Amino acid sequence: MTGRHTLAASHVGVAVAAFGVASAMGAMLALSVADIQFPHRSESLYYIALTAHGVLMALVFTTFFIMGLGYALAQESLGRITGRGAAWFAFWLGVAGSVAAAVTILRGQSTVLYTFYPPLQAHPLFYIGATLLVVASWIWGGVMLASYRSWRRENPGVPVPLSIHGMLAAVILWYLATAGLAVEVVGMLIPWSLGLVGKVDPLLARIFFWWFGHPLVYFWLIPAYVLWYTVLPRVAGGKLFSDRLARMVFILLLLLSTPVGFHHQFADPGISAGWKLAHTVTTYAVLFPSFVTAFTVIASLEVAGRMKGAKGLFNWIGRLPWGDPFFASVALAMIAFVFGGFGGAINAAYAMNAMVHNTAWIQGHFHVTLGTTVALTFTGATYWLLPRLLGRELRFRGLARLQPYLWFLGMAFFSTSYHIAGFRGLPRRVFSASLNGEATTPWRTLTLVGAVGGVILFLSALSFLAVVLATWLSGQRIAAPAFEFAVPLRPATSLGLWDRFGLWTVLAVLLVAAAYAYPVFSLLAHPRYGSPGFRPF
Amino acid sequence: MNVELYERIWMWAAAALLAVFLGVIFLMAGLHAVQPPSHIETVDPTALSSHPEFGNPTVTSRRDGSVVVSVVAQMFSFNPDPIEVPANRPVTFRITSADILHGFQVVGTNANAMAVPGYVSQFTVTFREPGQYVITCNEYCGLLHHNMVGKLIVTKGAP
Repeated sequence: MTGRHTLAASHVGVAVAAFGVASAMGAMLALSVADIQFPHRSESLYYIALTAHGVLMALVFTTFFIMGLGYALAQESLGRITGRGAAWFAFWLGVAGSVAAAVTILRGQSTVLYTFYPPLQAHPLFYIGATLLVVASWIWGGVMLASYRSWRRENPGVPVPLSIHGMLAAVILWYLATAGLAVEVVGMLIPWSLGLVGKVDPLLARIFFWWFGHPLVYFWLIPAYVLWYTVLPRVAGGKLFSDRLARMVFILLLLLSTPVGFHHQFADPGISAGWKLAHTVTTYAVLFPSFVTAFTVIASLEVAGRMKGAKGLFNWIGRLPWGDPFFASVALAMIAFVFGGFGGAINAAYAMNAMVHNTAWIQGHFHVTLGTTVALTFTGATYWLLPRLLGRELRFRGLARLQPYLWFLGMAFFSTSYHIAGFRGLPRRVFSASLNGEATTPWRTLTLVGAVGGVILFLSALSFLAVVLATWLSGQRIAAPAFEFAVPLRPATSLGLWDRFGLWTVLAVLLVAAAYAYPVFSLLAHPRYGSPGFRPF
Repeated sequence: MNVELYERIWMWAAAALLAVFLGVIFLMAGLHAVQPPSHIETVDPTALSSHPEFGNPTVTSRRDGSVVVSVVAQMFSFNPDPIEVPANRPVTFRITSADILHGFQVVGTNANAMAVPGYVSQFTVTFREPGQYVITCNEYCGLLHHNMVGKLIVTKGAP
């Protein structure tokens, strides 16, 4: 394997493997919550699988897919990957880190879930492995930036291709976000898990975790938006409605998605109401670029329908290629995001947050956002990428066509029932919805519906794995199709305000400083005691 | 920037919608004090047993009729349990943890806060409906997390 795209393909391969393992665990989790017996069901297995499901889906699958997509786009849109050696080193570093963390999880030494809130204490290799994965992604970011700078020297004065504009925003956002994670994990948790320091402050760790935790969501979402803007209209047979506004969207996401972390901590002590309100303002502001995205992408699809001869108000929808696995995946992902986006607005409202904080509602919410919007975009994009990366024809096309609809159906069952159960008070992350038997379970039927959804989702994941595996191993060899990107109706021909990455990076850093400096320092000024580690697993 | 008319309208409408959302939150926060719990008070989690309040957490009534409930969350129970409070009186919960993170949610109400070791979470609610409520721990706290359930009894109390 020494093709131009071997690097990208290897990353996608790791992402798919992580997705496969995590999906099997997901089905098991949904069954367990609904109190459906299966062999070896136990508390220990449930919480281990819950940790593995979260880590593999949210951290390994997403990070590897995004790195792979970044390399593929750099190769195609910039014509280069500057620092291929470093990129391969990062790949193996990321694999080693992920495997190390996964082994401690599966051995039951790190049952701390993917949020790993101290004073729950995992095995040191869990934190170190996660750190290696993040370091690998930092190297990836460096390679992306180096490729861009090299391209820029040869192409002064013209806007960078839109797909790279989005990926650059994701890279800068990622550095900003993971700075918070590094403070928590390297500064606090690794020395503490090794016994070098006796205590850590759980609240301070939580603040740094959520400094990272929310932009993490946009680190997933920006590459998804890149695919929506630059590939989807092309596959649909249309044009991109507005290039400039897409650039604005990426910059606004870079600016606004980090200074919002306290909306995950409304129910926490130790942070004043005023600062919680300040983060609420930015939380609503970050919805704005998503509204713009909804318009631009749907308008681009309407252009596609009309170019195919649609006349009336709505019949352009029927002219779209609903049988294309990539198109269907992304279109369904976008429909899910309508619910995910408004759900987010609901969660950020104080009065509603008090009802749903840490209930199954939240699981329902991020299974439509991450679990559908991001996951379906990435699995759909895998169908689009594989022939281009491997030079092989997609196998089991019928299965690939069915798979996104199956996923959407399964998630409709799962997410809807968990939203309702959570609103009725079912806490999130429980081995059994009957709790200790005392709760008379107004949510019993709902968790059964969720389990049905979990099984459908698993069938969909199996279909995806079958298509990917068969294509990879035995797809008919073809000349790799070209990467074709959507042409804007009005192309940007000169550099504009939204291309000034230096300016926006400085502004993004200042916004994060403004959002966190005062609350963190005022917390540090209090007498604080810290906690020793606990391992109740 | 040259922006299509329809897109301009959409962007203004989206901004207006978000402004309305935020406006409602500000109004409720300002007029009705709808705020999340945001009390800042620290306590040594390793010395709770000798703490004057959390060494023996209990329900106390103040002279003005309001009630204070001190709660220690620990693996895998709440102390005190059950908690008995009167209906239609302001009840102030003061919650901390003796070990790791826990949640404290009275199912069917908006009483919902984190129990963080080293900190005191404080919020005030008034229960209108007498009866028995389930208290759940809604933050993962180990292998028996799902068993961590408490009971809240809201009594009719004096009129």
